Amino acid sequence: MTIDLKTVKKISKLARISVDDEKAKKLESDLNSIFKFIEKLNQLDTSKTEPLTSVVDANLQLRKDEVKSQNIRDQILKNSPDENKDFFVVPKVVE
Amino acid sequence: MSNILDFTLVELVERIKKKDLSSKEVTKTYIERSKKSKKLNTYITEDFESALKKADNFDSKPDFDKKLPGIPIAVKDLFCTKNIRTTAGSKILENFVPTYESTVTNNIWNEGAILLGKLNCDEFAMGSSNETSFFGNVQSPVGEKLVPGGSSGGSASALAAKLTPSTIGTDTGGSIRQPASFTGIVGLKPTYGSCSRYGIVAFASSLDQAGPMTRDVKDCALLFSVISSYDSKDSTSINFKRDDYFKKLDKSIKGKKIGIPKEYRVDGMPKEIEDLWQKGINIAKDAGAEIVDVSLPNTNYALPTYYIVAPAEASSNLARYDGVKYGFRSEGKNLIDMYEKTRSEGFGNEVKRRIMIGTYVLSSGYYDAYYLKAQKVRRLIKNDFDEVYKKVDAILTPSTPSSAFKIGEKTNDPLSMYLNDIFTVPINLAGLPAISIPAGHDQKGYPLGLQIIGKAFDEQNILNIAYSLEQEIKFKNKMNDWWL
Repeated sequence: MTIDLKTVKKISKLARISVDDEKAKKLESDLNSIFKFIEKLNQLDTSKTEPLTSVVDANLQLRKDEVKSQNIRDQILKNSPDENKDFFVVPKVVE
Repeated sequence: MSNILDFTLVELVERIKKKDLSSKEVTKTYIERSKKSKKLNTYITEDFESALKKADNFDSKPDFDKKLPGIPIAVKDLFCTKNIRTTAGSKILENFVPTYESTVTNNIWNEGAILLGKLNCDEFAMGSSNETSFFGNVQSPVGEKLVPGGSSGGSASALAAKLTPSTIGTDTGGSIRQPASFTGIVGLKPTYGSCSRYGIVAFASSLDQAGPMTRDVKDCALLFSVISSYDSKDSTSINFKRDDYFKKLDKSIKGKKIGIPKEYRVDGMPKEIEDLWQKGINIAKDAGAEIVDVSLPNTNYALPTYYIVAPAEASSNLARYDGVKYGFRSEGKNLIDMYEKTRSEGFGNEVKRRIMIGTYVLSSGYYDAYYLKAQKVRRLIKNDFDEVYKKVDAILTPSTPSSAFKIGEKTNDPLSMYLNDIFTVPINLAGLPAISIPAGHDQKGYPLGLQIIGKAFDEQNILNIAYSLEQEIKFKNKMNDWWL
């Protein structure tokens, strides 16, 4: 199957990455060559194979649900790109 | 004292413990050489001033019970370092200063090591040549205009050029072993779950592992024994009793069964790689190992599987870079516009390409055909290894299908770049440990590496085999300090 320009634009929307027409064309050709390579997997019959989601056999460890760090608001906000040091600030979302 | 640069990590530790050398002398020597080596572009952030202060502090109150007493070390810029800028080689994190420390780096500071600086790498560790970094490409000390490999290219280059006595990298599909092979050094990718991923900028969470990059196998065993630890802050960290890999290093490999997988004899493999592999087989045989022909039938499918699984996880991990909580922001006319502009301008081309692949394979209607299919093939690849390990103790292969290439040679063709990792990717998919050791040179004088793959958590065994081979190979890097 091939990925057309329309699909590239749709993926870029889903990924929240804007692409101009020139970049989209380049991506179209890159993605097609990569997916052509990936199609090789269809040679394999996996109808009876369970997917492998983790190479770790062990069950996830449980821990007590307790507060470990407190009063770290300044640390959390320190790298915020906005000047406001009390909140994360985003462009207006409600009129 | 110019020979400070020639000591291995283990030799430096011995000399500092015997008070033949001070931490200050060692640290100063490495800083001076690093300052003269800017042409290689290995450092993204230098921390030389405070390194000297820390060395002074160590010398005034030395603790010789530490495993890395007063040893200066530069690390890949993918490890979060408290109050020291951490960029992951990306514009989007250009000004990011973590307020916490990664567990792996914390482990080395706890054993007395001192941070020299943060080393260049491919953006978000996505690349095989260190050409995708926002901070420019790294040159290899092996030759001018030659790539050091990637993504831990700055680490490999800095180590081979003697700008740091050892370093730490990360490996998602070969990012420690491939640059180690290209620059003539030792690099270990530990078993998934051996080293904590806490505080490492995430690329593909089911594949990422941190590991040591060192001048020889002894150094590798020492550094690995420091960085491997159970950590409750990483839910996939495995809690088991870790051996002292350094103390238990043993070059006797008599009776060990070493598998040679026929599928790694790929079409078009250069003869010098074939010869190198045969040389490794002969040395292992002479040392008393038993060589066994084995088959990993799904090897051919590892790379396409990787290029679904890794981008899928990356697209999800990198969703956090939205211009709100930290990192670069580009203003937009509304929230969505701000997201799109921020991510478009903040990420480089390779990262965007992989986010797009990942988004596509996870999107509605394609999930089963791609992502689920890849997870199933991943199981087949792991089963191959499980089968083989019923018969052998370890597997020996070349580390890479070629030696280092020129800067710019493969940047326009992502697929040919991806093929670099053909021998390393299956190991990450199966979660196994593997070490690359320098084993020879090609006709151009560029280093070539051999890879030893182990069973899960059997690092001691592959370190021992590597140690044994190293004694016979007697590798010498042929560098002429061209950049000085």
